Amino acid sequence: MSAAVTPVRMPRYGMTMTEGAVARWLVAPGEAVAAGQDLAEIETTKITNVETAAAAGVLRRAVVEAGRIVPVGTLIGVIADAGVPDAEIDAVVAAQAEWVVEAADTDAGPVDEVVTVGALSIALRRTPGAGPSDAVPVVLIHGFGGDRDNWMFVESQLAAERPVLALDLPGHGASGTEIGDGTLKTLAGAVTGLIDALNLPRAHLVGHSLGGAVALAAAAARPEAVASLSLLAPVGFGPEIDGGYIAGFLAAERRKDLKDILGRLFANADAVERRMIDDVLRMKRRDGVPEALAAIAAAVFPDGRQAVDLRAEAASLACPVAVIWGEADRIVPIAHAAGLPAGVATSRIAGAGHMPQLEAPAEVVRALRDCFARAGV
Amino acid sequence: MPRKSFRQALNEAMRLEMRRDPRVFVMGEDVAGGKGASGEQDAWGGAFGVTKGLLAEFGPERVRDTPITESAFVGAAAGAAMTGLRPVVEIMFVDFMGVCFDQIFNQAAKFRYMFGGKAVTPMVLRATFGAGTRSASQHSQALYPLFTHIPGLKVVVPSSPYDAKGLLIQAIRDDDPVIFLEHKAMYDDMGEVPDGAYVVPFGEAGVLRDGGDVTIVAYGRMVGRAMEAAARLARDGIEATVVDPRTTSPIDIDTIVETLEETGRLVIVDEAYPRCGMASDIAGIVAEEAFGLLKAPIQKVTPPHAPVPYAPELEAAYIPSVEKIEAAVRKAVGWTR
Repeated sequence: MSAAVTPVRMPRYGMTMTEGAVARWLVAPGEAVAAGQDLAEIETTKITNVETAAAAGVLRRAVVEAGRIVPVGTLIGVIADAGVPDAEIDAVVAAQAEWVVEAADTDAGPVDEVVTVGALSIALRRTPGAGPSDAVPVVLIHGFGGDRDNWMFVESQLAAERPVLALDLPGHGASGTEIGDGTLKTLAGAVTGLIDALNLPRAHLVGHSLGGAVALAAAAARPEAVASLSLLAPVGFGPEIDGGYIAGFLAAERRKDLKDILGRLFANADAVERRMIDDVLRMKRRDGVPEALAAIAAAVFPDGRQAVDLRAEAASLACPVAVIWGEADRIVPIAHAAGLPAGVATSRIAGAGHMPQLEAPAEVVRALRDCFARAGV
Repeated sequence: MPRKSFRQALNEAMRLEMRRDPRVFVMGEDVAGGKGASGEQDAWGGAFGVTKGLLAEFGPERVRDTPITESAFVGAAAGAAMTGLRPVVEIMFVDFMGVCFDQIFNQAAKFRYMFGGKAVTPMVLRATFGAGTRSASQHSQALYPLFTHIPGLKVVVPSSPYDAKGLLIQAIRDDDPVIFLEHKAMYDDMGEVPDGAYVVPFGEAGVLRDGGDVTIVAYGRMVGRAMEAAARLARDGIEATVVDPRTTSPIDIDTIVETLEETGRLVIVDEAYPRCGMASDIAGIVAEEAFGLLKAPIQKVTPPHAPVPYAPELEAAYIPSVEKIEAAVRKAVGWTR
């Protein structure tokens, strides 16, 4: 294969994805494509994502037609310079059409762990980093009602450079339902306790929504342990929040109710697939989870308003801080990104709602890497 | 998430509920003693090992061996449930339910209705069902349609270890009599099952796969076969949605109809007899409620209307196979007026 030929494979988003479908090609065969340009919509069982072109050239073949489900690693298309002869493209397709990467073999295996922090039991997924051995790990903290899978589109890309720890907050995901008093202080204590329990001298903290407030409170409490802080649509910078979302999320017991609620998280509500809804329902149907979520909501969002203001904490930090917000966020208004301390790098992402890490993963990864780079570790 | 067998998932469900609620108790033939040396307790844990270890943790008051008299102990369970206890009764084979029909159909199922809602019967009857283990015609039937026919009973047919645990916990917490049927060839099936307690609600279908060409509805052991058929068909570009209603009563027709809005074609796979079975029941409801969505006649994949044969070759030919499901899907997809 000449260097001018770039195979496009079914990507793997997150550690649990084994197959995906090309929902739609966004470039027709024969059309030129720029590196980073939207190439195809990839539909997984949880959500639909846009895959971008890894290299510039011409989309010479769309090997997998729209609508077909194929295993991760399958050749779905070929990008090459216009000058590469058709015979060479055909050879690439012939050689690899039947060739499939076993999903389990493509990454050094992520490991599920459960760590006890005082009375709390914290579940997490640790992905070994492919970068230098002294690379500072990144700790990913999801938002209210979420879990570690919220990072499925960014996890493996971040792991190319450093270890990635995606945790489940107390009362969420596979973590225990003991949440103490459910306050932000307790949740932040769970994160600092986890960092200590895992003997991490330092970590890059990345928090989304409620997890942003948790990360910020943890960084303020233990600045020496935090190399950088990245906040996606964080709670803590203003009183407004979509209280109807919180109440609706807590109340929804069936797929249909929850589908409408989860749709509010995204700029494109159609992106929500059945599996994402099922996963949230599974979590909510565990004994103790509804009570834990209600207690956290009551402590952090009483009466549909944010109870905590962390602007002073943000101003006190010496480490690099980034704020990343979807312009179409309907849950926590992007207006809260205004008036933050000088030195906070702010990224506003067009076309993304409250979950930019799912709707615009490439932009989020870029912003996170910039923030890590400013820390220099 | 830890991987566990179907058997272990069921055992955990009973164990967790017995810890949570002192009113829950287990009884049935050999559930405490079982096979083993004379006088030995908890040697086996019932004929299929599902209650193993419960006697050691909860003692003989709450794990009770019964004589071989289904009519007596199912009646005792219905009475215990009316007094406020929550019995979980094991009946070795659903085929044996015939000897206690009156207790189930005419007593337990009716109490809530006959006493104006003042009496409830929180009773679970667990039993094995299904062909494929060379157990012949009196130990292999898929009789869930019989119970589905009776108002007042809830009927559960799980297809995975995860669902089995959550559905059994729901069954034990439910205030109505629940018939909980376990396919005897699935006890060693493995799947991801969380350690703690959780529920899977009744009347909500699981959707195991999404595809735009055809909806395959299946129960119990047929779900795995439907999934295998769907995987094979996908290689030829035929995409199937696979729906497991999980409970035959109540039944989630809404989810089936919702998928038909996209697929327009329905194949129903049922291990029960074809006459008055789930395949004919679902076909009937869909024809009534969603006729306009159908692009092709509904296809049913069932055994022939005959008792389960003993001869291995005949038994294998009798049970709906992946090939038969595939053929039914191709017929539906290729159908033209």
